[in-house]
Amino acid sequence: MYIYDQYDQKLVDERVEQYRDQTQRYLDGKISEEEFLPLRLQNGLYVQRLAPMLRVAVPYGLMSSTQLRKMAEISRKFDKGYVHFTTRQNIQLNWPLLEEVPDILAELASVQMHAIQTSGNCIRNTTTDQFAGVAADEIEDPRPWCEIIRQWSTIHPEFAFLPRKFKIAVCGSEEDRAAFLLHDIGLQLVTNEQGETGFHVYVGGGLGRTPVIASSIKPFLPKQHLLTYLDAVLRVYNRYGNRNNKYKARIKILVKAWTPEVFAARVETEWAQILARDVDAAAQLTVNEIDRVKTFFPLPDYLALDEAAVNSALQAQAVDNLAFSRWLERNVRDQKQPGYSAVTLSLKPAGVAPGDVTDRQLESIANLADQFSNGELRSTHNQNIVIADVLKSQLFELWQLAKAEGLATPTIGTINDMICCPGGDYCSLANAKSIPVAEAIQRKFEDLDYVYDLGDLELNISGCMNACGHHHIGHIGILGVDKKGAEWYQIQLGGSANKNAALAKVLGPSLSRDDVVDGIEKLLDVYVENRLEGEAFLATYQRIGMDKFKERVYAKDA
Amino acid sequence: MQKMLSHGVVAENNWTVLEQPIEAIPAGDILVPLSYWLEHRAELSQQTALVGVWLDSDEEVEVLENDLSQLPVVALNFPKFVDGRGFSSARLLRDRYDYQGEIRAIGNVIQDQLFMLQRCGFTQFSLAPEVDLQAAAKSLSDFSEGYQTAADQAQPLFKRLR
Repeated sequence: MYIYDQYDQKLVDERVEQYRDQTQRYLDGKISEEEFLPLRLQNGLYVQRLAPMLRVAVPYGLMSSTQLRKMAEISRKFDKGYVHFTTRQNIQLNWPLLEEVPDILAELASVQMHAIQTSGNCIRNTTTDQFAGVAADEIEDPRPWCEIIRQWSTIHPEFAFLPRKFKIAVCGSEEDRAAFLLHDIGLQLVTNEQGETGFHVYVGGGLGRTPVIASSIKPFLPKQHLLTYLDAVLRVYNRYGNRNNKYKARIKILVKAWTPEVFAARVETEWAQILARDVDAAAQLTVNEIDRVKTFFPLPDYLALDEAAVNSALQAQAVDNLAFSRWLERNVRDQKQPGYSAVTLSLKPAGVAPGDVTDRQLESIANLADQFSNGELRSTHNQNIVIADVLKSQLFELWQLAKAEGLATPTIGTINDMICCPGGDYCSLANAKSIPVAEAIQRKFEDLDYVYDLGDLELNISGCMNACGHHHIGHIGILGVDKKGAEWYQIQLGGSANKNAALAKVLGPSLSRDDVVDGIEKLLDVYVENRLEGEAFLATYQRIGMDKFKERVYAKDA
Repeated sequence: MQKMLSHGVVAENNWTVLEQPIEAIPAGDILVPLSYWLEHRAELSQQTALVGVWLDSDEEVEVLENDLSQLPVVALNFPKFVDGRGFSSARLLRDRYDYQGEIRAIGNVIQDQLFMLQRCGFTQFSLAPEVDLQAAAKSLSDFSEGYQTAADQAQPLFKRLR
């Protein structure tokens, strides 16, 4: 992974001191509440329902075991001994004291971490595929590009006070595991006819109140122009995005208002001016810099292994062990390198808020990464953790250790692997609780044979229309709504975050908390009764449509 | 007399910022609104005192392209400090039009923005009257380096130092 040099380190150290001074001036009454708000947000600090919440950046989801141990230590020292993994691959502390945040940031800086721009109306953490570097369908490793974007966006002098938050995702593979079409800018790595790398640029995607799938504005951007083009997009948005109404301030609204064609033309004009002015191509990326960053993402020295022999040995271990074979089926994924697997550690056992981990678990995960991989971990937008480059011959041992720590719930990609925001239990924006709904669903569907029979199913829960739980792109989405002070839940069907991204449609009137789980069960019954051989929930829905689901859920009891 | 930060030090600010409707031009150096400048630039150029123009955050610097050489100061107003359009306006003045005069931040600008404003090409800062300018000036050097190209640096960090 990327290792800071003296300039990177100095910048995060100076940021800590800047924020320490800002916090002190705030506590001394020299900065007003209104002025302090964006300053603390751009250092990751929200003030939530019960306590402040600090969001720590995990750049494109990549962490070292050292960093994870530091998070464990911080959670013990400054918090209640657990942290939360978010849908943007970041880590949240739920109970830090405002006065202690500068000290927490200093601790983070000591292991090359920070909370810069994890909130506020600025360029946020760039996200990507959790299987970057090892995915069989990868065109190019997106992580060096994410790091280049991280540096460009960090304390960018022109774009710290945008109309609204701004999220960039990079996709380097055939299948989309980064939901890149649901970002303000989605960058897809592509190769042109000459075999050169470039980006297909999409803008204006996003969830929230007005979910939109991004529009293509440039099919091939040569790689050396990445940063100048991003500057052009951001400048057009910074100048012309809506600043009067925060609900109409995201770039998606501007792109829609102007049309993608007009927006693309405006960016092209701005970009041409930037290039015309950049006489020595000073602002362009160089081969040297791209190669320098790429050297931080080397592939390990893989052993030459016979995939068939390794697989048959694994089958022999699994044949008498149902629990292990279930875990292999759901939580382990082949890599492009024979004999190696990427393992997903589940943060979704029933009874725990999805994405929550204790300090002890963090340390166990760090140990697993050291013992079975190269000490690197990846957080996923589904709120789990991936360890890549695990020898298949060591999977059984890893599984036993992970199981003992409650990290081997074998439900990845199933209904019980739901994405879930912190909801009304923590968040001051929420209209309804989301964690208890997730738990009720997990309790209802405890029978793993039934869960496996349902197969791949994405269920996403948000406690309000801000959509942190990505309910619009769940095959089944659940949205918490407030009805006269009571918590109700709107059900949506048919969302998808893959390359054929689709937004879910509302099933019908929202259900009371008591009726949600029954409602979900009825939806699943309709699926099971109607599916064709091997057909997943989403495909069945797309084939038979909404009506049968709707009739069942809202049928009056006979 | 009002003060401001100019090129990193506390300086006298004897400019009058005029707002529409403008009935008479006072004596001394003045900053006129863009709309007034566009209508009266011929007569304003007869003034013996210095005349600069100020733009609100929703006004485009492009309209000043042909006038910049006669303007010693272009001021950019921040109606709210979180309205970041002025950052882009300043960069256009410096990068696109090679504007050599002073770019002054006026309105609701705060100390914690100084480093970034300076990188975008601002040279003068008119902060709220109660602000200790001497103390605020240290925020101009909150960071010793920036990764990006900006008005103060045509070369990104990776080309200069790596």
